[in-house]
Amino acid sequence: MAARTAFMQGNEAILEGALHAGARFFAGYPITPSSEIAELASTRLPARGGVYLQMEDEMASMGAVIGASAAGAPAFTATSGPGFSLMQENLGLAAMAEVPCVVVNVQRSGPSTGLATRPGQADVMQARWGTHGDHPSLVFAPASAQECFDLTVEAFIWAERLRTPVIGRADVVVGHLRELVALPDPEDGRALASRPRPQGPPDDYCTYRPGPDGVPPLADFGSPYIVHLNGSMHDERGYPSADPAQAGRLIQRLVAKVQARVGEMVAVRHFRHDPPEGAPPRPAVLYVAYGSTARAAREAALMLAEKGVPARLLQLKRLWPFPDSEVEAAALEAGLTVVPEMNLGQVVLEVERVVGKRRPVWSCAKSNGEPITPDEILARTLEVVGA
Amino acid sequence: MKARDYLIEEAMPLFWCRGCGNGIILHALLRALARLGKSREETVVVTGIGCFGKADDYIRTHSIHGTHGRALAIATGVKAVNPGLTVLALMGDGDCATIGGNHLIHAARRNIGVTAVVANNLNYGMTGGQFSATTPQGARSSTSSFGNPESGFDLCRLAGAAGAALVARATVYHAALLESLLVEAISCPGFSLVEVMSSCPVYYGRYNGIPDPAAMMRWWQESAVPASRYAELAPEEKQGRFPIGRLGGSDRPAFSERYARVQEAAQAGAGRWIQAGTDR
Amino acid sequence: MAKAKKRFRVTLNRAWCKDCGICVAFCPAKVFEAGERGEALVAREEDCTGCQSCVLRCPDLALEVEEATPSQAAEAVTHGG
Repeated sequence: MAARTAFMQGNEAILEGALHAGARFFAGYPITPSSEIAELASTRLPARGGVYLQMEDEMASMGAVIGASAAGAPAFTATSGPGFSLMQENLGLAAMAEVPCVVVNVQRSGPSTGLATRPGQADVMQARWGTHGDHPSLVFAPASAQECFDLTVEAFIWAERLRTPVIGRADVVVGHLRELVALPDPEDGRALASRPRPQGPPDDYCTYRPGPDGVPPLADFGSPYIVHLNGSMHDERGYPSADPAQAGRLIQRLVAKVQARVGEMVAVRHFRHDPPEGAPPRPAVLYVAYGSTARAAREAALMLAEKGVPARLLQLKRLWPFPDSEVEAAALEAGLTVVPEMNLGQVVLEVERVVGKRRPVWSCAKSNGEPITPDEILARTLEVVGA
Repeated sequence: MKARDYLIEEAMPLFWCRGCGNGIILHALLRALARLGKSREETVVVTGIGCFGKADDYIRTHSIHGTHGRALAIATGVKAVNPGLTVLALMGDGDCATIGGNHLIHAARRNIGVTAVVANNLNYGMTGGQFSATTPQGARSSTSSFGNPESGFDLCRLAGAAGAALVARATVYHAALLESLLVEAISCPGFSLVEVMSSCPVYYGRYNGIPDPAAMMRWWQESAVPASRYAELAPEEKQGRFPIGRLGGSDRPAFSERYARVQEAAQAGAGRWIQAGTDR
Repeated sequence: MAKAKKRFRVTLNRAWCKDCGICVAFCPAKVFEAGERGEALVAREEDCTGCQSCVLRCPDLALEVEEATPSQAAEAVTHGG
């Protein structure tokens, strides 16, 4: 039940979501189109005893976020393409050292400075594979101001629960969109984001001894449970270890602890638009879309249904781990799948991997700094449907 | 607690090379913690990557072994949310002065209450003795066979100019002085930097004609001059010498003190523009 | 009766020592000696003045110098150190 409804920007909703989940620390470096998050954090966090730090660059921002989180404060940062690139180094540290944190990437078009700051969605694979080495990846993608709030809360919950970095991957269209957002009672947010804590005698505590869910309890710097965080390969105590068996187990556990919980996480949203009554039966077209493109795809689905073709939209709210089973089920129910996205085709590769040769999968790619329009999606669909 | 009580004995012997100065710095640091009566709980060691970045392997306090050059950024986050902690950033010259140089000047400017301990062995030891941002001009390294064409930073002057609250230098030969400077630095509420000129006989020494650990110690003994005496040396006497001791600092309020005022103002609903005090 | 000279016990942790020779070179009382293979030896413990400089400068935390208990001191005298 919403306690109040407010008209706000996507970026503002991200900040509200972070506060609701219990964020106490933000470190960042200004970059359009994410700066509103930093500006709001600079007044709202200290007002609740938290800290806003404006660091010298994005490498330092991620470093400070990790330090603050290790000291016990749920922590986050917000950036866009160029800054997200700089954060990859310490994103890997957060994954390896298992320090919870949330990184919001309000995407813009690239590469490099690209078309600053026009829309783009080309950081999908970067969010998955941007930092070097095998590592877990947990990425949410809001398509509305409401989802900016909801998925930021979700991001904090999983970051803390799984001791892992989580990426909120909005895009400039969503970040700067103003919409009504239903905000829950602030009291409901208490303890939403909480990390597993050690129990028992402090002398027995090991920073990396996993609990039954594969997640090791984490104490704060300053607590009697002495914490040894380590970005190098390490044993359960956090001491360096070059043992291949140990290394293999650790890498497997880092990925498995996230994978094991995907069933409990937000994944997709279904939309179904059927042709007017009496239209001859035809195989449905499925759109798989995410972020602001999902909104255009929904409009395209409505138009397609009016033309007599049953249209489905599977909006991906979680990009990584990729919602394989949801995509597979939806794709097999349809005659073909179209994947519109503001890049040269990234998520379409994942859809093809899941669907295989069982159904045709078409890309509807656009990468020129302009948002993809419903007409463009419709035109591409009619082209591939052959109607 | 005694100095040895902070040592992770099961990790011994030290991983560092024969005659490496890092162990001398590590020991001085443990003695300084003991002298100050710091508990393991209240102490956080942050390291970067490099030879001295391995120091956390041997210290029984809270620790985080982070990324190359970013130790000060991580330490800043720790201190900002829990100003009651004693936060130490242990780095080499590659870490602190070279890849992390930007974080160093900003940590000093921000006056965050972290103590940076820099083992300056004048080269990158871990990767095989390449020149760093503190390697003297003309010195040889595995990437400057014909003499370093660049000049090295004077880290203390750099940190001092950037606004550090306390800046000091010792050498591994002057281990007792080092211990007292560390005590002073750790007690300082603002940003403090202790640069320790440290021996790397295996790389820097070998490339520059001083491969023997004792000879390298003698080199430090002869080239380091107490700051008060150094100031009186004639310019030609300063050649090849450097000052040690407390070398500077400023008494601006530490970041956490200033930020507490920001929090108070924000909590009082003072609005968007907050006067956090001005620099002298 | 003259005050007895303080005696010190110099303990060298062989497992941690890397025979760098710093203690041999800098001990003001020349307590240490380098062996045939360059290894550090506590050769003249009885000359130790307890200044601790070897402890402070040992790069491997391999040295400890403690004041000998009266019985250890007596033993050292009996056996010629």
